[in-house]
Amino acid sequence: MLNYVIGRLLTFVPTFVGVTLISFGFIRVLPGDPIIVMAGERGLTDERYAELEAQFGFDRPIYEQFWEYLTGVLQGDLGNSFVTKRPVWDEFFALFPATLELSVCAMIFAVLLGLPAGVIAAVNRGKFYDRALMSTALIGYSMPIFWWALLLIIVFSGNLQWTPVSGRIDLIYYFPDPTGFMLIDSLRSGQSGAFTSAVRHLVLPTIVLGTIPLAVIARQTRSAMLEVLGEDYIRTARAKGLTSGRINGIHALRNALIPVITVIGLSVGTLLAGAILTETIFSWPGIGKWMVDSIFRRDYPVVQGGLLLIAVAVMIVNLTVDMLYGVINPKIRKR
Amino acid sequence: MSLLRIRNLSVAFSTSSGAFRAVDAVDLDVDEGEILAIVGESGSGKSVSMLALMGLLPWTANVTADEITFDGKDLLRIDTAGRRKIVGNDLAMIFQEPMSALNPCFTVGWQIKEALRYHLGLDRTARHRRAIELFEQVGIPDPEKRLSAFPHQMSGGMNQRVMIAMSIACKPKLLIADEPTTALDVTIQAQILDLLAELRNETGMGLVLITHDMGVVAETAERVSVQYAGQKIEEQTAAKLFDKPHHPYTAALLDALPERSTERLLPTIPGVVPGQFDRPTGCLFSPRCKLADALCKTTPPMPAGKELGEVRCHYPLHAGERIAS
Ligand SMILES: Nc1ncnc2c1ncn2[C@@H]1O[C@H](COP(=O)(O)OP(=O)(O)OP(=O)(O)O)[C@@H](O)[C@H]1O
Ligand SMILES: [Mg+2]
Repeated sequence: MLNYVIGRLLTFVPTFVGVTLISFGFIRVLPGDPIIVMAGERGLTDERYAELEAQFGFDRPIYEQFWEYLTGVLQGDLGNSFVTKRPVWDEFFALFPATLELSVCAMIFAVLLGLPAGVIAAVNRGKFYDRALMSTALIGYSMPIFWWALLLIIVFSGNLQWTPVSGRIDLIYYFPDPTGFMLIDSLRSGQSGAFTSAVRHLVLPTIVLGTIPLAVIARQTRSAMLEVLGEDYIRTARAKGLTSGRINGIHALRNALIPVITVIGLSVGTLLAGAILTETIFSWPGIGKWMVDSIFRRDYPVVQGGLLLIAVAVMIVNLTVDMLYGVINPKIRKR
Repeated sequence: MSLLRIRNLSVAFSTSSGAFRAVDAVDLDVDEGEILAIVGESGSGKSVSMLALMGLLPWTANVTADEITFDGKDLLRIDTAGRRKIVGNDLAMIFQEPMSALNPCFTVGWQIKEALRYHLGLDRTARHRRAIELFEQVGIPDPEKRLSAFPHQMSGGMNQRVMIAMSIACKPKLLIADEPTTALDVTIQAQILDLLAELRNETGMGLVLITHDMGVVAETAERVSVQYAGQKIEEQTAAKLFDKPHHPYTAALLDALPERSTERLLPTIPGVVPGQFDRPTGCLFSPRCKLADALCKTTPPMPAGKELGEVRCHYPLHAGERIAS
């Protein structure tokens, strides 16, 4: 197992270098000069421009700049934001818990609804529930996030006034945030109503972000279940006289989980991409919103460092998923 | 009274090209402690008829019968919950492919204990003790260690022993073994058959042995039912059947046994079991029968009396003066 993990970590090295290169290149390919953007409408003199150019190192050849960036990264230094002057690393970890909290909730939402939906659809193959669930999943999958979010906001925040429209918690609450996770911190603060407020802020973004993974998981669960339900060991389970709930929910689902775990792992990438949009819509102070703002400001260190850290997070999730396979299906552990 | 009594059982599958009768008017009786063999070539409906009894057929199957009684209970009119109490408990079944019949995601111990908890409600320690006892009974060495093994970590023969242990876990009154040895190599085949016969002697359960191997029948069965294209064509005690088969098909099956063959090449039965689209109008065996005449090709034979093994043939063999020529 340890050898396997080390082997996998080694394969990360080329991916890692590739990602540094892409994140470094991506923001520089965009038109727009960060110095001009920073100066704003007032503009600036040629001398001042040259001074800043030298300060940021833009006057040197691009490969030198990349080399400097890469050596910095390898030493754990992602540089400082042009705008706030704070280390990218610090900003990322100040904001990451918000994104993580939202993503985890969205994933839990997607799995808790997607798995049963897929199982029910497979068991009722071709009948009403199957059709209803699968067409709903298709709609959910093809719905533009933006439009879906607006629809929910109009109904639940506008008409019904059930949920707030933006932020993580009502402004009247103030407490220390040692973990950065609002649900945990609000509970620990002991202030009455804080936790409920945090939950109400979380509901809509969770639904919006979780919808596409939910649809993907439901469809994958259904097809994996259909395959498994035809297997001999399902007939054995039925010959034991077990209830269909136990057969479908334990004997079949456990075997169907492998492909489902795969799509869950792949959804994490989609989820982080979706988080950028969702956070922007709901003014959620996470890394998605931070990245978007930084792109508009042409804040090179933040964009390249942020992309890199997100990529590393996705790689870690994928490694975890690979190791889960063996836990779920012992047959895979051997290989 | 017999343990299992089936009258006029038919199973029709609805397929995209119309209904297909896989089992056609089959009668079957099994007494307590008896070994009945059902023989016939591939596709003759042996598995389907027993799966119908177990209620394990897919929804495309339409099962009809005049009577299915097991242990005094009417299985035709029983509800699902009632059937679940019988199936896996008093009525158990094992299958052909031991490697795929066990769930790859759970240890064999977990799978066997599941049945013990579900039907007998044993507590943890009692389940464990009983599982070890069962593994010993079916000849699995080192049971304590094997309980925590996964199916893929054991051989096919061992897996089939696990299946057998699982099926007899609740001391069934009737065990249906659907070609339990076909997927195993020859030495293991004999061991498994011996084990089944031994278990029958110990527990007094009835045993239905599905096979297409007449050699297996000769060694184990007490009574034999021969099936062809969904119909039961003959039924006799094993001794009588091997001595005086009444149906030409049975005779042909017996001729194909290596120890009976006089020639260097084994005689085979030319042709195949008719499927959905090539069902003959008369006797179903007539296209392959050496003795068939015009009557056989046009009129389906009705079962003869008990003294002739209820044979479905216009010209039964070994029938006194009526021997076919
Ligand atoms: N689910 C199904 N749908 C349609 N036809 C089926 C189905 N299951 C079985 N059949 C058909 O029913 C017939 C009898 O099948 P069955 O499995 O009972 O044969 P068998 O005597 O057990 O043969 P074998 O020795 O190969 O196991 C076959 O022609 C088969 O194609
Ligand atoms: Mg069969």
